[in-house]
Amino acid sequence: MSFFGLDCVKKKEKETERKIRANDREHNLSFKYATNAIKTSKYNVLTFLPLNLFEQFQRIANAYFLCLLVLQVIPAISSLSWFTTVVPLALVLSITAVKDAIDDLADLLLLSTLCLSSSHPLSPSLAVSFTLALCFCLSLCCPLGEVCCEPPNNRLDRFVGTLVWRGQKHPLDNHCVLLRGCTLRNTDWCFGLVLFAGPETKLMQNCGKSSFKRTSIDRLMNVLVLFIFGFLVFMCIILAVGHGIWEHYEGTKVMAFVPQQNEDTAFSSFLTFWSYIIILNTVVPISLYVSMEVIRLGNSYYINWDRLMFHTGSGTAAEARTTTLNEELGQIRYVFSDKTGTLTQNIMCFHKCSINGKAYEDSVIDMMMVDFSFNSLADPRFQFYDNNLLEAVKLETLEVHSFFRLLAICHTVMAEEKNNDLVYQAQSPDEGALVTAARNFGFVFRLRTPESVCVVEMGVPRTYELLAILDFNNVRKRMSVIVRSPEGKLALYCKGADTIIYKRLHDRAEESIFAGEGLRTLVLAYKDLDEEYFSEWKQRHHQASTALEGREDKLNQLYEEIEKDLLLIGATAIEDKLQDGVSQTIEQLAKADIKIWVLTGDKQETAENIGYSCNLLREEMDDIFIVAADSPEEVRQELRCVEWCEAYERDVQVTERWHGTEIKGLLILGIIFAYALEGSMELEFLRTACMCKTVICCRVTPMQKAQVVELVKKYKQAVTLAIGDGANDVSMIKAAHIGVGISGQEGMQAVLSSDFSFAQFRYLQRLLLVHGRWSYLRMCKFLRYFFYKNFTFTFVHFWFAFFCGFSAQTVYDETFIALYNLMYTALPVLGMGLFDQDVSDGWSLEYPQLYEPGQRSLYFSKGAFIKCALHSCYSSLVLFFVPYAAVRDSVSTDGHDIADHQSFALLTQTCLTVTVCVQLGLDLSYWTAVNHLFVWGSLGMYFLVTFTMQSDGLHRLYASSFPFVGTARNSLDQVTVWLTVLLTAVLCVLPVVVHRFLFMQLNPTINDKVRLKVHQMKAQPPPPRRRARIRRSSTRRSGYAFSHAYGYGDLVTSKRFLRRPVPSRSAGSTPAGRSAAFRPAGRSAGYSPSGQEQNPKQATEPTELQRYRAVHDATFCRQGVAPE
Amino acid sequence: MKAGPSRTNRPDNTAFTQQRLPAWQPILSAGIVIPGFTLIGLAFIGVGVALFVTSQKITDLEVRGKRDTHAVLFFFQGPVFFYYGLTSYYQNFRTYGVSKDGYQLSGDTYYFNVRAWYSCAPYQYDSNNNPIVPCGSIANSMFSDTFQLYQVVNGMKKQVPLDGKGIAWWTDYNIKYSNPALVNGSFANAFSGTVKPVNWSKPVYELDPTDQANNGFLNQNFLVWMRQAALPKFQKLYGRIAEGDYAQGLPAGNYTLLINYSYPVISFGGTKKVVLSNVSWMGGKNQFLGIAYLVIGSLCIVMAMVMLIIYAKYKFTDDDEDM
Repeated sequence: MSFFGLDCVKKKEKETERKIRANDREHNLSFKYATNAIKTSKYNVLTFLPLNLFEQFQRIANAYFLCLLVLQVIPAISSLSWFTTVVPLALVLSITAVKDAIDDLADLLLLSTLCLSSSHPLSPSLAVSFTLALCFCLSLCCPLGEVCCEPPNNRLDRFVGTLVWRGQKHPLDNHCVLLRGCTLRNTDWCFGLVLFAGPETKLMQNCGKSSFKRTSIDRLMNVLVLFIFGFLVFMCIILAVGHGIWEHYEGTKVMAFVPQQNEDTAFSSFLTFWSYIIILNTVVPISLYVSMEVIRLGNSYYINWDRLMFHTGSGTAAEARTTTLNEELGQIRYVFSDKTGTLTQNIMCFHKCSINGKAYEDSVIDMMMVDFSFNSLADPRFQFYDNNLLEAVKLETLEVHSFFRLLAICHTVMAEEKNNDLVYQAQSPDEGALVTAARNFGFVFRLRTPESVCVVEMGVPRTYELLAILDFNNVRKRMSVIVRSPEGKLALYCKGADTIIYKRLHDRAEESIFAGEGLRTLVLAYKDLDEEYFSEWKQRHHQASTALEGREDKLNQLYEEIEKDLLLIGATAIEDKLQDGVSQTIEQLAKADIKIWVLTGDKQETAENIGYSCNLLREEMDDIFIVAADSPEEVRQELRCVEWCEAYERDVQVTERWHGTEIKGLLILGIIFAYALEGSMELEFLRTACMCKTVICCRVTPMQKAQVVELVKKYKQAVTLAIGDGANDVSMIKAAHIGVGISGQEGMQAVLSSDFSFAQFRYLQRLLLVHGRWSYLRMCKFLRYFFYKNFTFTFVHFWFAFFCGFSAQTVYDETFIALYNLMYTALPVLGMGLFDQDVSDGWSLEYPQLYEPGQRSLYFSKGAFIKCALHSCYSSLVLFFVPYAAVRDSVSTDGHDIADHQSFALLTQTCLTVTVCVQLGLDLSYWTAVNHLFVWGSLGMYFLVTFTMQSDGLHRLYASSFPFVGTARNSLDQVTVWLTVLLTAVLCVLPVVVHRFLFMQLNPTINDKVRLKVHQMKAQPPPPRRRARIRRSSTRRSGYAFSHAYGYGDLVTSKRFLRRPVPSRSAGSTPAGRSAAFRPAGRSAGYSPSGQEQNPKQATEPTELQRYRAVHDATFCRQGVAPE
Repeated sequence: MKAGPSRTNRPDNTAFTQQRLPAWQPILSAGIVIPGFTLIGLAFIGVGVALFVTSQKITDLEVRGKRDTHAVLFFFQGPVFFYYGLTSYYQNFRTYGVSKDGYQLSGDTYYFNVRAWYSCAPYQYDSNNNPIVPCGSIANSMFSDTFQLYQVVNGMKKQVPLDGKGIAWWTDYNIKYSNPALVNGSFANAFSGTVKPVNWSKPVYELDPTDQANNGFLNQNFLVWMRQAALPKFQKLYGRIAEGDYAQGLPAGNYTLLINYSYPVISFGGTKKVVLSNVSWMGGKNQFLGIAYLVIGSLCIVMAMVMLIIYAKYKFTDDDEDM
């Protein structure tokens, strides 16, 4: 279902430019731009019935049954009473209608909350909540400004427009707009002008096309249904031809007692054709679709109900938001995962530190949490467990003090006081974590001005003069500040990636700390500066920074020059905690042969780091290819190179290859997607990527994420799953066969467009390996059995045709035909589809290999379908000819002949019912009480209904409606009848048993093995799960700049950054000043030191798109920009 | 565990919602399959032998062609049933099978005249547009041969009584079919305004003038005929030999069958036959079931052995840890 109703954006003519005037409603309305209302529902109360019926009859199966119904009312053709079709059709239509109504009603509710939130008086003068606002419109209060800008598009990184104000034109670029969904930081309000609303917003435009998702089984079913149609026509043609031949040789003679209405053989054959279409229609099972829906719905509820997928921390249960895709979960071959917030918690923790060679560890075991009560400014959410560190601080150890001083000074964090509470706005969560750590240990960063940094050191306020910020960039992997202390001492404080810093130390001492723990280590160093040298350097720095050419290089040289001969202070270890069980989940999924691609907007280092820490990349992967090129040709070459290496190793290490040692990791930078996805290189890219065990793509835009997914879908014909938590994952989630949203406190956008949602990444293994596998198994078993029972039922008519002059006589009683699918066989097979398990969930997780048959579609395919049909063919032969031979010329014990048509019908249908029941019992591997009830109940129901329908009483009421009166009573008391039933059942089922048993012995499947093992262990619970030990990399993985972006140094020192009065803490909270110019541009601008609160995560591209931020709540909370 | 909203959202911990319902999980292990097959095989062979022997004991005598004297060589254990059989006769033809009017046959005179049931055509009305009762092809084509069986005792023909009553199903006689109520004390009046089926020699109310309980729609030969056969080769009960001297069976000797031929079968290439048979606990003579049970039983035993050999030779063990 189109969730965002993008369809309604269809414009009559293509918009080339849009013009909007501030506060001029009439002018703006004249263009009929989209309003902010987003309609997502299909029906209303009045249109429901006609629309829904219309829609249902568009389904080919339902339309087919409607045609059948028409055929049945033609007397010359009608071989069955109309009710045999009407009853099932009505039932199916009503069940589907109820389901549709419930589904759609849910949407209507959602819409109403949407309306509520959009009428929230955040921005009354603008009437609609803000979508995109001009940021520097402080002076826009007068209604004269007019904006000309580009038409709505989905490019987040680009915006072109002009502002005409007071006759002057101002260019507008990407920096001047706020995108829908972003959060304002560092200011409480700003002015804005809405440019795009509702479906035209960049967010909505970026949502990707939402298409109706169908499972591969659905697609297969469509093919099969067509095939069945063809087969039906084929059978009917055979029978019609048979009728023609029969008429020619025999039928004319029958005229003596059966006068034919029409003497033309051809015409009579033609009618016979249609009569048989009616009789054999049950090969296309009408109740199949509705049963499939019911099974999927049931299996979806299991997901909702699963306590093991319930996250206690957030109180969120897993949710199957789409109830039609379950079995696809059992066939996933590619998982595309977002990184931050999906694999990680997006919470940075100050985890360990090493000061002057002494390590302080945040190990939870038998350590008391450090009590920070001495410090009134401490952040209560910060936790640290090593009391030694606090002791060291209190003892005024010099190194420890300079360690924290550095942390308090050397950063680009902004401080803000709100409600008497110090709030840090950090462009990267790890910076925030470090500054908070310093704060709690008594070095509180209070305030920043462009020229100074205010710090409260152990209760004493000190102001450092900020002389320079040597900003971070990707090459330098470090940042430094040069400050003058209140005492007038000049110092350079530097923090950066360990490998980088070690090279610049004075004594080059290398300290191996926190190695192999997968933590991001950051080394801190300092250097006292000479006043003269610095002023000279400052001079050169100024020159360089104003140079027009080669500014970057010159600056870098200067930085290099001053950042050397550093003195080591210590090191910190920051952890962006992986979510619980991520690496174990990844390992499980890998065992299940599911390929995991991480698509992240983050930088290469970050991606690589996370790859290692969650076991995606491992040390034994001898090479990790990094594809990062600037031109299409280079990309092509690099891809070829990877491929070539791969091929080379394949030749050299054939033996090793089979031991799985040469697993490749591949890192791809997003920039190449622009080329790689261009078309010519698609295949090359894909081929290379699929060769590698692990693929990590970084700096990928939302649309590129979707493109990658589409690419794999297109060329690999594999079932894909995308998992993510942010708005930037929406397009990917929609593009993949299955979209999974991680629901946290943030980013409901991903959840809203997902098919399944839960709170933690680790639930993915349960979703796939347990629920997915079971759903697929159940659906396939259901389909196989369903086809079997219907084909068997129908084929008997085919054989009978040869004995009734191809006259379209039915074998069974019409009541039986009407009820067979609905009553006698519906529940047992539904029970199978809802309850069957081959092995329990514990064993499913113990043997992830059990997942593989699903990926290869082994349980239900065209081949399996043909097998089903052949099996049915055999069964129907038995079911017709055994009763045929048994009743031929036979008489009952009281001498009455029991070879009459009604007795034969009863005998055959009893044989059929019993046989399909026994077959079901054979297929069912998990007999719960419900299954027993369904199976025995259905059998009982069959006899009950049969006896009732053939009872005297009903016949007395409606004589001609119940012609079978007395048949059951007369024939079911015969021993031979029961012996025949037994014979057919045994004859139908035993060959299957032999076949299965022999295959199990000679060629056991993984399921057989595990089941046998389980059986041997007498259904004991599986052994305690072997906790996969997480292999940490042996080399140090340094990850400074977890998500740092270049340019912050400039920002915090720029004059644009507002000045505000130095807040005095005692004076309570001072309202924050205006900070319209400061936009945190890091991936995330909030952080939590303790994990109680998550970052409002976002950012799609690390550089410019960070303002693209997840919407906060389920109702697309509009972030209002309040006008003054 | 902390209380609060997270607890209220937590799904119920029931065996059903957590998919942990206790269940019986049978698997096709050798320990079940091989003994199972052996047992089934033995049971089938037992049943097969019983059926076969019983079936062999049942006497039946088939009379084809026009020879009218037959020798019964041994005592024919009674009660003996007298059947007539037809071949190539498609009573199961669809348009034939629907060609009757259930309302008429349940004695509702309203439907004698009213066109409620088109399926009776072309035997709905005669050429003078008089309604035919009983209408339709089935009734019209009712078997009309009559039989008399005589035992030749010392050259004398002694009639063997063929009881034509009690040959129809109890439900057909008592429930499904009824005669219309008498009109002015006359059964025939109830059918006034209607005509007999085209092929019939006498109207329905004269099928058995001697016995009103066997007359009209309740005539048992009529009822037997109306219960159409499933297959084109069929036999129908004509009478029982259960009275008088022959209640215990037919003594050995010579018998003469007098057949009043009136039913044409040559035209459609069919044949007629007469069958005398007695029954057992398994009904009439039927070799098929006994043989089938014997064959299937033996096959089961054979398969059990084959599976045993294969199991012993190839059985997989779960030693391989790499599964």
